[in-house]
Amino acid sequence: MVDIFYPFQFISDKITYNLLNLVSGTHLADSANFIIYDVLKIFFLLIFMIFIVSYIRSYITVEKTRKLLGGRKGIFFNFIASCVGVVTPFCSCSSVPLFIGFVEAGIPLGVTFSFLITSPLVNEAALAVLWAIFGLRLTLIYLISGIAIGVIGGYVIGLFKMEKHVADFVYDVKLKKLKEQETTQNERVGYAINEVKSIFKKVWIYVIAGVTLGGIFHGFAPEGILAKYAGSSLLGVPIATIIGIPLYSNVMGMIPIIESLVAKGLPIGTALAFLMAVTALSLPEIIILKKVLKKKLIITFVVVTGLAIMFTGYLFNWLI
Amino acid sequence: MKIEILGTGCPNCKKLEENAKKALEESEKNAEIIKVTSIPEIMSYGIMSTPAIVVDDEVKAYGKVSTVEEIKKMIN
Repeated sequence: MVDIFYPFQFISDKITYNLLNLVSGTHLADSANFIIYDVLKIFFLLIFMIFIVSYIRSYITVEKTRKLLGGRKGIFFNFIASCVGVVTPFCSCSSVPLFIGFVEAGIPLGVTFSFLITSPLVNEAALAVLWAIFGLRLTLIYLISGIAIGVIGGYVIGLFKMEKHVADFVYDVKLKKLKEQETTQNERVGYAINEVKSIFKKVWIYVIAGVTLGGIFHGFAPEGILAKYAGSSLLGVPIATIIGIPLYSNVMGMIPIIESLVAKGLPIGTALAFLMAVTALSLPEIIILKKVLKKKLIITFVVVTGLAIMFTGYLFNWLI
Repeated sequence: MKIEILGTGCPNCKKLEENAKKALEESEKNAEIIKVTSIPEIMSYGIMSTPAIVVDDEVKAYGKVSTVEEIKKMIN
């Protein structure tokens, strides 16, 4: 198969050996070459994925989603909500209005949660970095698990019938009808380019830092060092999940570091569980959701999502 | 004229406010810029994707940061 990333290797070689004049075969040259190659590849995939997904997103507005899901019950709609979550970014400023808007449209709580779980868990930027670092197969596994966790997590939360644990004011909000804004093709492309710029500006530094740290770890930590501690233990998955929750770090920078840990023997399922916990359950997100959810529902959300992530971790430790 | 910027205080809302100020300056108009940050209030306009810009009680755009040029058109 043709390696579509070959041009990046070529550029990386040129920079390492010609521009920086490093001697081929030395530790330094190898590391520099590896870091430049990875960074180029990640940057390319980030731009590509963010552009495509943002363009698609310009067609899927919250207003349309509300109409589609309003008053619908059944696991199929959990699935649709999860899929919408994949292409919708979960930004802290829009999550609360979105939640209220969903409730007001009569979307069942379980379906709303399917969206709330998958939306931060699967986003195009994380998928791009996963693809660059771990390859396409693991990226697809991540994507499918992310949707499955949203569908099942939301469905289970729906079974608990916790409607009264939503903050009372939510039910008082009435939305005025708003006419859809018209969007031209030019605006859609402009929006996608803007998204690429704004996300890129936010993450590039973390990508470089993450790849560099990962590269250093690759070079210096002894092989299999983590397998000894984290590999055989059944506790690895829950520990990784629990550590991941308060860590609200930039997942783009985290992925290359985790890959270097996997290379030294960290089981892949444990690594997945950790990355998922970092993205799906974060303290700032929980604090924001506290505005609209009462304590019991927040705890249920964290526990159900956490258990689903652990299950995924065990599943892939066992499968791969 | 009254311009309202709807948003909970995220970076995009601040950018939209800046653009609105610039648009006012450039078109040499005077208007009051009001920031609406309370969620029930934002939602009473029917807005779910922030930031949004409202000119004289009419929602002009939502879910995006309107450019200076776009805002100039809204206030003219």
